[in-house]
Amino acid sequence: MSSEGNYYVPEQSKLPIFCATAMGLMAFGAASWVIEGGDAKIFLVGLALMTVVMYKWWSLVIDENMQGLVSPQLKHSYVLGMLWFIFSEVMFFAAFFGALFYVRVLVNAWIGGEAAVALFDSTPTAAAAANNEILWPGYERQWPVMQTPDQAVNGDSAMFKGPDRSMSLPLWEYPVSQWLSKLYTLLPWLPLWNTVILLTSSFTVHLAHTGLKEGKRDVFLRYLGITVMLGFLFLCLQVAEYYEAYAHYGLTLKSGIYGTTFFMLTGFHGAHVTLGTAMLLIQFIRGLKGQFSSDDHFGFEAASWYWHFVDVVWLGLFLVVYIFG
Amino acid sequence: MMIGAPDMALPRMNNLSFWILPFAFAILVSTLFMEGGGPNFGWTFYAPLSTTFAPDSVNYFIFAVHIMGASSIMGSINIIATIMNMRAPGMTYMKMPLFVWTWLITAFLLVAVMPVLAGAVTMMLMDINFGTSFFNAAGGGDPVLFQHVFWFFGHPEVYIIILPAFGVVSQIIPTFSRKPLFGYSSMVYATAAIAFLSFVVWAHHMFTVGMPIAGELYFMYATMLIAVPTGVKVFNWITTMYRGALTFETPMLFSIAFVILFTFGGFTGLMLSVAAADIQYHDTYFVVAHFHYVMVAGAVFSGTAAVYYWLPKWCGKMYNETMGKIQFWIAFIAFNITFMPQHFLGLAGMPRRYADYGLQFADWNMVSSIGAFMYGGAQLLFLFNVVRTITHGQPVSDAKVWEGAEGLEWLVATPAPYHTFIKPPVMSVGGEGPEWRVDAPAPAMAFKMAPEAG
Ligand code: HEM
Ligand SMILES: [Cu+2]
Repeated sequence: MSSEGNYYVPEQSKLPIFCATAMGLMAFGAASWVIEGGDAKIFLVGLALMTVVMYKWWSLVIDENMQGLVSPQLKHSYVLGMLWFIFSEVMFFAAFFGALFYVRVLVNAWIGGEAAVALFDSTPTAAAAANNEILWPGYERQWPVMQTPDQAVNGDSAMFKGPDRSMSLPLWEYPVSQWLSKLYTLLPWLPLWNTVILLTSSFTVHLAHTGLKEGKRDVFLRYLGITVMLGFLFLCLQVAEYYEAYAHYGLTLKSGIYGTTFFMLTGFHGAHVTLGTAMLLIQFIRGLKGQFSSDDHFGFEAASWYWHFVDVVWLGLFLVVYIFG
Repeated sequence: MMIGAPDMALPRMNNLSFWILPFAFAILVSTLFMEGGGPNFGWTFYAPLSTTFAPDSVNYFIFAVHIMGASSIMGSINIIATIMNMRAPGMTYMKMPLFVWTWLITAFLLVAVMPVLAGAVTMMLMDINFGTSFFNAAGGGDPVLFQHVFWFFGHPEVYIIILPAFGVVSQIIPTFSRKPLFGYSSMVYATAAIAFLSFVVWAHHMFTVGMPIAGELYFMYATMLIAVPTGVKVFNWITTMYRGALTFETPMLFSIAFVILFTFGGFTGLMLSVAAADIQYHDTYFVVAHFHYVMVAGAVFSGTAAVYYWLPKWCGKMYNETMGKIQFWIAFIAFNITFMPQHFLGLAGMPRRYADYGLQFADWNMVSSIGAFMYGGAQLLFLFNVVRTITHGQPVSDAKVWEGAEGLEWLVATPAPYHTFIKPPVMSVGGEGPEWRVDAPAPAMAFKMAPEAG
């Protein structure tokens, strides 16, 4: 709620209209790019404009803050804005997680000729079986989908061919009795390392925050630096993982629904890690310039919230895509 | 202005979300001139029509939806931040005007579902260009998945359209009944309940795709539940009018028509929600009639009411009341001539989304077309009235244009000054309900200044 006193109303600005122009160019450009025979020219022009606008815009906001123009009320508006933005990101991921769940639990059973969840799925067994016989004869319910319905029907001439190997927990390949002795198979399993890295980075960003609040600049910079490096390391490992998938696992975007959900979920997560790392890097540079004080550092706080969010998403991914993949 | 703020919480972002729209619109329009034609798959753009069988221009459509989504999300975040953070001191949540409440909840719905729409079009983009198989059963996906994702956005979207309309009507009816709104808090809770339920009923648009019986039943009962909070609202509007000192200026006429017609549309909605019956009604003109009753009578009538109600405040001039009333009666009658027969056509089996129809449907279609032209005429009259008000209207200078109006916007000068509240207004509690004192705000500037606001 407002307190008494005057409101801060910023100067009129041309930035928004340039920003919108850039977005328009990028959208139009991206569409022309993906169409066969298209190119990226317009998109790149848009991107260049966007970079300039973003730079100017954030500088302006930072300047206003340095001049003390930003009232506590406006700061609170920034906080609300960031939190609701993160909420919208949660919903974006929810769409993809929901899609994964739907395909994996329901569709997979139905086209395989089975009831999905015996208790609730009242599709008569005969009807379910007919589903399979008429549409995709020979397809069996399975996850990960290693042999697509397309392959079940069309064999080698299929358009969607399942992968040779999946990304899931290596221990699943052995009976439970052997798990202990096979624990070493986890060592080269990248997702595990990525989990360790991200969890650690969430912790270090927290340490950076406490350091900042206590006014210890060196602690802040050290831990923030480590966090940025961990983020970067995560991305490198993910690139390595994708390379493995394409080169050795036969797992691509085109290998049916398993490849689709795997790459889309981890890919969007990776994009968010990239963004988060960039945000933290900018905060690091601002930290070097000494723009933060122990009680005024919202830019950093926002970036760290984002980072925690990205971390939580990863935990979800690790569970449903890798461990129970 | 209704919460005593000078501008949105984040004015530059507000400006940005506005400027994105012309670009998104331009991209969409440009697809009409492209090779292969514009997007040709209806507003629901079901896969595989919009993926496997779509023209190239679908890619432009996808990215246009993306930036429009970004615009909506930014706009909504801004609305939420403004309402949560910029209310005048003393204006607690439960003292906010209902219009503000409905916008708060609408914005929440938008932030929640626009990203899901973005997800849906992203899946399309990948399926079309990068060989994924979200909506392709050959790869293990499912075209019906598209419908689930789409309607998870689509159903809340219809409430996004209607909630602000509820808000408008909840401002206007008390004004012209000269009574406070009946059951204010139940209105707030009903709005919240509708918003919540709107997330869990989406598959009532999909009764015919072959869901398991358990799914059909669940979505049927959940949908029917929405009728309860909706009923609460209708009851409150009617009770507000009961024994009020009613007068029937144009905004009031449109609001009353809204209540009647919307209730009617709600009932046909209830009919559609019966899964077994919907197998007959689905994709017929009955559905078309349903959603025009809720959307045209809902969103357009209340929008018209809102313009007449606040126009004097916006531009300091009074519209022509007689012309407004004439427009109302033409619109009301023409609307029913247009859409009532579509119920009969639908029940008789006329499918929607075809350019042609069997001869047995010709008569009612004729009636419907006549109504449509009349309705169009009424809209032209509306446009004329508004433009004429701005150019030739009778000046009004009272802060309170309508005798029974309550709320902050009626305490500041008419037309409202630029960045109305440089200082937040002060509330003094006394007598019935809150009373506001506005410390002489910035001197009223000429109307010419207003368009620069934002
Ligand atoms: C009591 C409340 C309501 C109920 C029970 C209800 C129920 C339904 C059902 C079951 C359908 C699907 C019909 C079919 O395709 O077979 C439907 C369609 C539709 N409803 Fe409602 N509805 C209600 C209120 C509203 C409101 C308030 C709006 C918008 C302002 C709305 C807009 C629509 C639209 C646009 C469609 C058609 C979507 C399409 O297929 O293009 N409805 N409604
Ligand atoms: Cu619906």
